Amino acid sequence: MLSEADFAALLLTLKVASLSTVLLLILGTPIAWWLVRTPSRWKGIVNAVVALPLVLPPSVLGFYLLVLMGPAGMIGHLTAQLGWGTLPFTFTGLVVASVLYSLPFVVQPLQTAFSSIGERPLEVAATLRASPLDRFFSVVVPLARPGFITATVLGFAHTVGEFGVVLMVGGNIPGQTRVVSVQIYNHVEALEYTEAHTLAGGLLVFSFCVLLCLYAFNSSVIKK
Amino acid sequence: MSAENCLKARFNISYPGFNLAVDLNLPGHGISALFGQSGSGKTSCLRAIAGLEHIPNGYLAINGEVWQDDANGIFLPTHQRALGYVFQEASLFAHLSVRQNLNYGLKRAQHKSGIGFDQVVEWLDIKPLLDRQPGHLSGGERQRIAIARALLSQPRLLLFDEPLAALDLKRKAEILPFLERLHEQLDIPMLYVSHAPDEVARLADHLVLLADGNIVASGPLQETLARIDLPPAFADDAGVVIQTILGGHEEEDHLSRLDFSGGSIYVSRQPQAIGRRMRCRIHARDVSLNLERQLHSSILNIFSAQVIAIAATDNPANILVRLDVAGTPLLARITRRSLQHLNLSIGMVLWAQIKAVALFE
Repeated sequence: MLSEADFAALLLTLKVASLSTVLLLILGTPIAWWLVRTPSRWKGIVNAVVALPLVLPPSVLGFYLLVLMGPAGMIGHLTAQLGWGTLPFTFTGLVVASVLYSLPFVVQPLQTAFSSIGERPLEVAATLRASPLDRFFSVVVPLARPGFITATVLGFAHTVGEFGVVLMVGGNIPGQTRVVSVQIYNHVEALEYTEAHTLAGGLLVFSFCVLLCLYAFNSSVIKK
Repeated sequence: MSAENCLKARFNISYPGFNLAVDLNLPGHGISALFGQSGSGKTSCLRAIAGLEHIPNGYLAINGEVWQDDANGIFLPTHQRALGYVFQEASLFAHLSVRQNLNYGLKRAQHKSGIGFDQVVEWLDIKPLLDRQPGHLSGGERQRIAIARALLSQPRLLLFDEPLAALDLKRKAEILPFLERLHEQLDIPMLYVSHAPDEVARLADHLVLLADGNIVASGPLQETLARIDLPPAFADDAGVVIQTILGGHEEEDHLSRLDFSGGSIYVSRQPQAIGRRMRCRIHARDVSLNLERQLHSSILNIFSAQVIAIAATDNPANILVRLDVAGTPLLARITRRSLQHLNLSIGMVLWAQIKAVALFE
């Protein structure tokens, strides 16, 4: 039913999404924590920057990334000097773009979860000899578990579903940057509606299942 | 008070709507109560001592160990201070069982001396609760766990921030005996913040009165309670606490005799054994005065007393009289009319009748 190219696109999508999710959690957790705790006046600006992908057309974000990571861009210049070449139209470039694009979907649930914990459990932990790092891992992480699960699921699912940014930054290179959403586009362009249906339907069912699991889990946590 | 055996704290901060100017010098053992109305700065003081707030240019040393001395660049963060803190709400970790909550501080304690798990579990009678989740406990049970958790972190100073204020009367009465037991068993200095006169009278050895961020008075409980030169912090609850020893039981009348330096007080038969130390609280409103000894009175406890001082109260109808009963201070609250009628003056010797007493172990 799935052609070899479809299968490759599917595998690549999963690879990009998994790697991006891991990076998103590593990057998003300290950002969310900082945003919740800081009294800094930069907070508003950082908040707005993180939330930008929610409102910008993906093509706008993709366009700027393309320019920035290209040979004439700041990032491109840096990566070229480090001997990594330029990132557009590579797997790495795609992951970088995905991480930026999905950042608000990870940071915002974490922010909500962190701020709902409040100050008290942290103060209690401090009076019980827990250092700041210890407090984070022994109190914040377990209490924010539903937030982490939401962030992981949304980050992963959102990366799987992206299209505009991929097309701008990654292009359409089989095995490198051709993810499922691009592959569907290719099928439609070639008027291969049956193949498009298979992939599109698969993605629809996948997304629905992910969200269903998430809501079921969250309501069970609330009941508990 | 030597430098090795006391708590010294100096905090000065002032900004619109808030002021704290305290210079505390407290005994390094027993319970010191910080008493005052809400907004008097007692909780701010406690949080500063715990290092939860950093008040600039402060100083804090406990039994010779300096925790904060900004002049010399010293400020230990809370987690490096060997203290136990009991908050008004128990604040147990919701993601941990009772046992794990107790172990949280125990695991992280630097010096595992003295206070053992089984000992604390027995003191606070929480064995049946160990494998429960905090969400399934009553308010009183939760607060007992919080106290046990603080004790197990092996503190050298215990801080209580109105630990009973969030509980109803029944739960309060359930916890107080446990606090009394800790007072008896532990050699750790404790600071107890409260705005409830009965808790202070029952537990404290040393009393600090706070108002608007300033210390109004600080001294041993019995002396400080008997001072009538202070603003009426206790209002209707003014009175003294007398330390007594259970001297004997008079079985035919179902009475017990409590001995103190000024004589004996008779109360209804107490279950405790002879020789037990008992705290006796006498409200000023329960003491009446007579110029002559009443031989035909139903009141059992009548003492010869000398008038030491007379002061107004916040109620213009009433007067507070400080008496001396063979070295033990006593307060009586009488009306202004009685004062004139009896023509009381300082130095006068008369008879004080005690209508009621409250007893604590």
